[in-house]
Amino acid sequence: MEATLAPSLPDEHHAAPTGLWRWLTTTNHKDIGTLYFWFAATMFLIGGLMAMLIRAELFQPGLQLVQPEVFNQLTTLHGLIMIFGVIMPAFTAFANWQVPLMIGAPDMAFPRMNNWSFWLLPVAGMFLVGSLFLPGGAVAGGWTMYPPLFMQGGISYDLTIFAIHIMGASSIMGSINIATTILNMRAPGMTLMKMPLFVWTWLITAFLLIAVMPVLAGAVTMLLADRNFGTHFFDAAGGGDPVMFQHVFWFFGHPEVYILILPAFGIISSVIPTFSRKPLFGYASMVYATASIAILSFLVWGHHMFTVGMPAAAQLYFMYATLLIAVPTGVKVFNWVATMWRGSLTFETAMLFAVAFVCLFTIGGFSGLVLAMVPVDIQLQDTYYVVAHFHYVLVTGALFSIYAGIYYWLPKWTGHMVNETWGRWHFWLSAISVNVLFFPMHFLGLAGMPRRIPDYALQFADFNRVASLGGFVFGASQILLLIVILKCIRGGVKAEARAWEGAEGLEWTVPSPAPYHTFVVPPEVK
Amino acid sequence: MNPNGPSAEPLEAAPNVAPASRRPCGPDQMDEAGETPALHARLGYGRSGMSAAGNQRTSRWLVVLALAMFAFGFALVPLYDVFCDITGLNRDAAQALANNTQVDASRKVRIELVANVRDEALWRFAAPSQPVDVHPGELVQVEYELENLTNRPLIGRAVPSYAPLAAAAHFKKIDCFCFREQRLAPYETVRLPVLFVLDRGVARDMKVVTLSYTFFALGKRT
Repeated sequence: MEATLAPSLPDEHHAAPTGLWRWLTTTNHKDIGTLYFWFAATMFLIGGLMAMLIRAELFQPGLQLVQPEVFNQLTTLHGLIMIFGVIMPAFTAFANWQVPLMIGAPDMAFPRMNNWSFWLLPVAGMFLVGSLFLPGGAVAGGWTMYPPLFMQGGISYDLTIFAIHIMGASSIMGSINIATTILNMRAPGMTLMKMPLFVWTWLITAFLLIAVMPVLAGAVTMLLADRNFGTHFFDAAGGGDPVMFQHVFWFFGHPEVYILILPAFGIISSVIPTFSRKPLFGYASMVYATASIAILSFLVWGHHMFTVGMPAAAQLYFMYATLLIAVPTGVKVFNWVATMWRGSLTFETAMLFAVAFVCLFTIGGFSGLVLAMVPVDIQLQDTYYVVAHFHYVLVTGALFSIYAGIYYWLPKWTGHMVNETWGRWHFWLSAISVNVLFFPMHFLGLAGMPRRIPDYALQFADFNRVASLGGFVFGASQILLLIVILKCIRGGVKAEARAWEGAEGLEWTVPSPAPYHTFVVPPEVK
Repeated sequence: MNPNGPSAEPLEAAPNVAPASRRPCGPDQMDEAGETPALHARLGYGRSGMSAAGNQRTSRWLVVLALAMFAFGFALVPLYDVFCDITGLNRDAAQALANNTQVDASRKVRIELVANVRDEALWRFAAPSQPVDVHPGELVQVEYELENLTNRPLIGRAVPSYAPLAAAAHFKKIDCFCFREQRLAPYETVRLPVLFVLDRGVARDMKVVTLSYTFFALGKRT
C-alpha cells in the first residue's frame, strides 16, 4: 500500500512524512479512505469472531461454551460493532476514496477534520471492545440499549454511551465533510443530475446522518443522565417512560438502516452498468427513489415497536407507511434488472457480488414487508425471523455491496487487477454459506425461537446446527477476501486507467493506482 | 462549536464577504489552519464555484442542522405528550386500562348522610350537607366534621347504622373514623373521612340508602 500511494506530485510540493506519522497526520482523502477500510476490516474480524462464538454456542441445545451473561454481551457487542464499526466506516471509506475522484475534486472539503473524524473511531472501538474486560463485562442489554435494563448495568454501560457519543461525533463530522464536498467541490460542468449515483446516495446518506446521529446522541445522553445524574427521562420510578426511549431511539434507528443501505445502492448502481456495458437504466428515477426512501425513513420508526401497546390508528399508519417504502425500493431493483436486460454481461467477481446483492437483498426486503404487517409482526417480534430479515439486508445487502465495491475499485486503488480465481472462490463460498447460515433462521423464527437467548428448545436443534455450519464456512471464507486484497496490493496484472472495459466516470480517467493528488486541475465535464 | 456564528448569519448574507478576522471558529476553519494558501490554490480550493468560503458557508448550515437535531431529540420527550394530547392517541386506551370494570355505571344509588350526637353540649357533629349519588362498585369518599365545644380534651366514638337494614351487607367500608376512638383537644375541629364501596350486589330496587353515625363520648361523664 505504501508504494502504491506514494506522492506523485513534484517534490517541492511538500515533504510527506513517512511511516506511522504519515498515517496519523494524513489529510489526504485516499490515505484516510484506506485507514477507514483497515479499521472496518479489523472491527469485522472482532465482530465476526463474536458471531462465530454465538453460532458455536447455538450449535446444539444447552449451554456449551459461554455463560448466558457472556452470550448476551456477545450479541450486544456483535450488533454495535458490525453497525458502527464495520458497515458505516466501510461506506465512509468508499466515500473518502471515491467521492473526490468521482466528482473531480482535489480532496475533501475539510481535510483536517477528515483526519479527526477517522482517528476518533479507533478510540470508540477500543472503548467498546475494552468494556469486555471491565468488572461486570460489556453491555448485555442488546444493541438497542433499551431501558430499564440498560439503567441497571455497570461501568461498561457508561463507557458504551461514551463510545457512541464519539462515533456519533465522527459520523457527523464525516458527513458534513462529504456533503460539503459534494455540494461545493464538483468539477465545472458536473451538475447535480450528472453526478454518479454513488455520489447521490452518499449525499443523501450524509444528510440522514447529520439529521439522526444527533438524535441518537440525545437519546444516550438522556440515558447517561438517568443513570448518573438523577433525571427520570426513561425511569418509571420518577415518572419517566421507558417506551419513550424506544420512540427516540427508533427515530434515529430507522433512518440508520437506510444509512446502512443507501451507499450500497450507490455501489451496486456503479458496478452493474459497468459489467452490463450499458448506462444505468432510469438514472433520474434512481435519484428520486433514493430521496423518497430517505424521506419515508423518518416516518416509519413505529414499526420497530408494534408490541409496546400503541393505539390501532398508529399501528395502521406505521404499517402502511412502511409498506410504502417498498415502492421506491422496487423501482431500484427494477432499474438494476433493466440495466442488465440485454446488456453485454460478464461476471467478474464484482459483478457476481452485485447480482447476488440484487437477489438476496430483495429476499431481505420481502421479509421486511412480512414484518411490516402488524398482526404478523406481533407474532414474529423478537424471533429469529427478525434476525434472518436484518442479516439478509445487512450481510447479503450492505456487506455484499461492500465486497462488490472492493472488487470493483481495488484496481484503481492498488494499480493491480484482482485475482479472479481467488475472488470467485470467495464469492461462491460466501454466497452459498451465507444462505445456509441465514435462511434456516426464517423457519426458526416462524416456529417461535426467540432471539438473544443462549439456549433453545430441542425442536430447534436441527436448523440451528445447519445455520451454525453455514456460519463457520461463511466466517472462514472471509479469510479469502483478506488474501485477495493482500495479493492485489502486493502485485498482479497491471491495471489500466480504465480498469474495466465498460467503466464510465471520472475516476477511470486518472491512472491506476490513482496518484496521491488527483484533479489538481479540475476536469471539464461535458 | 461556535455559539453565534452559524445562527447569526443568514445563508444569503455571506457569499463573498467573509473577512478573515470575522471568520467563525467552527470545524469549517480546520482545513485552513495549517495549510498554506499556495497549497490551497494548487489543490484547487480557490477556483470559482468551489471556494473555501463556499465550503464554510455550507458546513456552517450543516452544523446548525446537527445542533438543531440534537435539541430535537430532547424535544421529542415533551412533544410526544403534546402530540398525544392533541390527537387523543393512547389517552382513551390508557384511561380504559385505569377504569375499574367492577363499577356498575348503569344505575345510581343515593346515599343520605346523617350525623347524630348524644351530648350536644360537648360536641358539634356534622354530616356533609348534600347526599351523594354513587354507582355500585365505585369507591367513594365523604367527610364528616367533629368539633369539641369544651375547654377539656374529649374522647369519643361513632357507631354507624343503615337504613334500610338490608343495605348493611353491601356497604363495604374501606376506612372509617368509626373504626377508632377520636381524641380531641379543647375546642379542636377535625374532619373525619369515610371511604366506602357500595358493592354491586345491592338490590336494584334499593334507590336510597341512609348512612347514619351517632357519636358517643367515652369515659367519665361530666
